[in-house]
Amino acid sequence: MTLSPTSPSPRGRGVGGWGHLASLAAQRLLKIVAVILAIAVTNFLLIHAAPGDPASVIAGESGAADPQFMAQLRAQFGLDQPLSTQLAIYLNHVLHGDLGTSFRQGRPVAALIFERLPATLLLTGCAFAFAIVAGIALGAMAANRVGRITDSVITVLALGFYATPLFWVGLMLVLLLSVWLNWLPSFGMETVGAGYTGLTAIADVAQHLILPALTLGLFYMAVYARLTRASMLEVSAQDFVRTARAKGVPEGRILRRHILRNALLPVITFAGIQAGQLIGGSILVETVFAWPGIGRLAFDALLARDYQVLLGVFLVTSILVVLFNLLTDLLYAVIDPRVQTA
Amino acid sequence: MKLFLRAYARNKGAIAGIIVVLLVCLIAALASWVFPYSPWDMQGAPFQPPGDPDLWLGSDSLGRDVAAGIAYGARVSLLIGAVSTAAALCLGVTLGAIAGYASGALDDAIMRFTEFFQTVPSFILAIVLVAIFSPSLGSIVSAIAVVSWPPVTRVVRAEFLSLRSREFVQAAEVLGHSHTTIIWREILPNALAPVIVLASLMVANAILLESGLSFLGLGDPNLISWGYMIGAGRSVIRLAWWMSVFPGLAIFLTVLALNLVGEGLGDALNPRLARRR
Repeated sequence: MTLSPTSPSPRGRGVGGWGHLASLAAQRLLKIVAVILAIAVTNFLLIHAAPGDPASVIAGESGAADPQFMAQLRAQFGLDQPLSTQLAIYLNHVLHGDLGTSFRQGRPVAALIFERLPATLLLTGCAFAFAIVAGIALGAMAANRVGRITDSVITVLALGFYATPLFWVGLMLVLLLSVWLNWLPSFGMETVGAGYTGLTAIADVAQHLILPALTLGLFYMAVYARLTRASMLEVSAQDFVRTARAKGVPEGRILRRHILRNALLPVITFAGIQAGQLIGGSILVETVFAWPGIGRLAFDALLARDYQVLLGVFLVTSILVVLFNLLTDLLYAVIDPRVQTA
Repeated sequence: MKLFLRAYARNKGAIAGIIVVLLVCLIAALASWVFPYSPWDMQGAPFQPPGDPDLWLGSDSLGRDVAAGIAYGARVSLLIGAVSTAAALCLGVTLGAIAGYASGALDDAIMRFTEFFQTVPSFILAIVLVAIFSPSLGSIVSAIAVVSWPPVTRVVRAEFLSLRSREFVQAAEVLGHSHTTIIWREILPNALAPVIVLASLMVANAILLESGLSFLGLGDPNLISWGYMIGAGRSVIRLAWWMSVFPGLAIFLTVLALNLVGEGLGDALNPRLARRR
């Protein structure tokens, strides 16, 4: 993503550096296939655990639930086959991008999810970028002035946001900035019926984006700030920092090149792991702000008990997380050339 | 123990945290005594602003007492936080102990399983589980436990790996103790410190998860909870800010206090790390 705190050092990328990266990528790809398969199987089992199979739902809605009709529907959906056959059919469908049909909306689940996906990616992407930039900056500031008032303020802020439920932060921001001060729009992705085009349309979306992205980002900003601070304090106590200082390297350079660069590694690892939580959090944020993404779709599906859509969202977001983890792994290998294919 | 208490007391935040946690417990315990009526019952006119001596935190859209809801909601939050953490600990400690003690193929298999659960977006999985098995105390507790055990397994496994080759474990092996005795009597007691710290943070996290679930309407329909109250206040926030502000403050204070307790425990149980800070 937008993470480039340090450029790869020319020293670290020796002979065969990119080959090493390629084999790392190949190994990760294999793992990804296994994980996605496991997710798909889990999803299949959950669909089976869900109350009411498609046949009874359709029969119930058409008002004709005689056993013959039900049996015919079950045969049509392949529900009379043994479980293993059904699993094979399901996996084949998923492989072809078929995630079933939403019974409420009568449309393919995959289409529903993919038309909502850009809004969610925009929201989570902006929130993540904000969280990581602000978090690292605050953490570095706190570590640089450890024990002083700046440090205390940042630490308390981070503790506070870490303990606040996302959706409540969202509501409070709406109350403060939208209801009382009337500065920012409180829901939706664009002004309804305004019909903006070009730059004004982009500005309009950006204005609607501020509150949800801030809401989603603040919690993770707190996490990264705490992590950066702890990690920087740990690194700055190490010998090579003392050596650099003894050599007479300027303090600002020590901070950037020696401390921050090494301290960022655990932050990036953690950020990669957390990507999944970010998408989960976007369900709450999209619900609060009526943001038209897959989180909102999941919430509506929840209200309508539309399990196919809900499980489709689960599958797609899980795969997104896996892909994102791959991205962080590769990024990590670029930043830290010591990473071995383990 | 005395040393531990003194180390804990040195951390002011941790003291404040434990006081708030005890206060919340007290409120939960006294809820039915202070508010001798159901939090679902009408107690006055709807949308009463806070300040009224009978309804000092105001009333909601159906005239229900917000203060009573918060007091009864404390029970639900604490109960779900504690029980789901206990369940996650059972699962996580067992798997972590087996993985760290056995090592080899079994360890590999358990760690793949753990990684899988860490990859899947936990909040979405929790939503899916509660939605499919229909919202109830049991399904909420199980769903939260299912998504929160992996860190326990990792921590316990790491502890077991490092303790496994220590002299006192080897001595127990030489003495001919069985594997179960060694795991239960020798290694586990020494591996508990980080698990205790993790547990207090898990209770905090479980309370946040539960509030998120009930905010989305996935709470137990028979029990009032903080998340549900915020969800109910969401659509009328322009009219009645107190409906969502106060339950949110309750969650914030409880979770913050639990986090502070966790930090204090961590410092007290691991003095070497604390001094470095």
